[in-house]
Amino acid sequence: MASIQMDDLHKVYAGGVKAVTGISLDIADGEMIVLVGPSGCGKSTLLRMVAGLETISGGTLRIGDRVVNNLEPAERDIAMVFQNYALYPHMTVFNNLAYGLKNRKMPKDAIDRRVREAAKMLEIGDYLDRKPRNLSGGQRQRVAMGRALVREPSAFLFDEPLSNLDAKLRVQMRVEIRQLQKRLKTTSLYVTHDQLEALTMADRLVVMNAGRVEQVGTPMEVFDRPATVFVAGFIGSPAMNMIDAAYLRETGSADDLDGLPHGTDLIGVRPDDLLMTPPDGPHLRLAGRVALLEPAGAESHIYVALDDGDQPITVRVQGLPMVEDGARVNLYAALAALHPFDRVSGVRVT
Amino acid sequence: MVENDRWGMLLSHLVLILGVAIVVFPVYVAVIASTHPPGTFVRGVMPLLPGPNALENYRIVISEGRSTAGTPPIGGMLWNSFVMAMAITIGKLSISILSAFAIVYFRFRFRMFFFWVIFLTLMLPVEVRIVPTFEVVADLGMLNSFAGLSIPLIASATATFLFRQFFMTVPEELMEAARVDGAGPMKFFRDILLPLSVTNIAALFVIMFIYGWNQYLWPLLITTDPEFYTIVMGIQRMVTGGESEPLWHLVMATVVLAALPPVLVILFMQRLFVKGLTETEK
Repeated sequence: MASIQMDDLHKVYAGGVKAVTGISLDIADGEMIVLVGPSGCGKSTLLRMVAGLETISGGTLRIGDRVVNNLEPAERDIAMVFQNYALYPHMTVFNNLAYGLKNRKMPKDAIDRRVREAAKMLEIGDYLDRKPRNLSGGQRQRVAMGRALVREPSAFLFDEPLSNLDAKLRVQMRVEIRQLQKRLKTTSLYVTHDQLEALTMADRLVVMNAGRVEQVGTPMEVFDRPATVFVAGFIGSPAMNMIDAAYLRETGSADDLDGLPHGTDLIGVRPDDLLMTPPDGPHLRLAGRVALLEPAGAESHIYVALDDGDQPITVRVQGLPMVEDGARVNLYAALAALHPFDRVSGVRVT
Repeated sequence: MVENDRWGMLLSHLVLILGVAIVVFPVYVAVIASTHPPGTFVRGVMPLLPGPNALENYRIVISEGRSTAGTPPIGGMLWNSFVMAMAITIGKLSISILSAFAIVYFRFRFRMFFFWVIFLTLMLPVEVRIVPTFEVVADLGMLNSFAGLSIPLIASATATFLFRQFFMTVPEELMEAARVDGAGPMKFFRDILLPLSVTNIAALFVIMFIYGWNQYLWPLLITTDPEFYTIVMGIQRMVTGGESEPLWHLVMATVVLAALPPVLVILFMQRLFVKGLTETEK
């Protein structure tokens, strides 16, 4: 159990490529932090810097109250779960779990007890004598988890651990990992590019882009009040619609725009917040034509081409709406549901 | 693929049988010749059926040798060949696996330079550098010794290269996982890389053992003491040594015995050998 403190961390590769620039983050003891962002945003690099697999070019990293910048991974008292599991192919499941403990010169009976405990927790007790190649993807994932678990480290590091599983298993393991983490109360750093995984698992979410932190906050904070246009577009599916404020003024569809903060020139609105009927109170109205209706089971997505507008707007409604391709529709959004941004800086206007 | 075609099938079998026959026939002749009495070969016609003298010929070769021509009984020569082949094989394997480990897993200055230098030595087999090598070995006083027989042949670019290629297919996460698990570089090498390389080691062992066993020119150059003769040299001396006609029946008996150990090595390691060359388990 320990907190993790990142103070102005930098990573510059030998070629001069800056992978991580100036990241500061305090992770409380027992907290589950999810790093999320598109590929190449530096989230994996940051995780590997915490693990000690990448050197730190600048800044200080503390785990517990120790500065660990120059410590070997094994000395940092962390455990890592890798994307492709990285199980030792020639060892049995038991030995895979026990290897790290053996290297720490732990007595044999203690190793045995810990491995069996972890195996029981993860329901892999029956496979202890098998080699990894005789296990299914989900079982391998559990073994990889087990290898982290037996160490009883002060922090877990997860590097996209679920991305090699099929969709159904992924949801199941997501729940299990979260339950396990809550039970053990071990500080965890979890990297993913899947925004749903991020929203569901995190105590706090760190959205990264181009080596920088865009926003830190609880999942609901990040979802409800995205701090930048990037976060707004990345979190939430389908992505938030971005409408030029100038367009709204020209089409005269929203005289109520004055209610928004000064300096707003880009307005974001979530597909769920667009309604087919006008709400009470101040709202804005958009007119267009249905370009495509996309039924998706419990919900449907309607793509609407706005009159004189260039980009299509996505609307999410429950069930199957009574509209046809090509039909004219009016869309409404309550003023309170709008997200005002500054186009140039990409920052939310308040 | 030609399937269900009678003539195609017949033709392919014919080609295969012909190929096998061409390879096997000389071996057959050697085995047959080793069973005939001394007089048979003077007539200049090679018999194709076994003769009556098999036991006698092998007894002479094994227990007496051919003292008049300066060839000792072959037991000692077989032992010498075995020691030399094993020394070369084990030396080659251990040096090349370690150099490959260094080149793949450590980032040091001139890493690629060293790799290419090792690679370049592929162009310089023993025969090309034989005179300077002889000079060095002679100056070091290693003539007529096992060290002289094996050390100059131990460096192996081929094995280094093959191990490098294999190591590069081992996922990097395995090394990282081992680091997180507290294994230092040598521990990682011993606990993880070595067990994963077993099939490759076996395949290279077979190839290297036969390479060492078949060394001819080098032992011929640096050994003058019969105590250090290898079996391949022994055959040569039996053929050319002495005043009279070569005693072909004894030569052939020696040849058959000389071919036996490599055959045994292949038989015993065949499964691992094929696995090492064809399949990668990760």
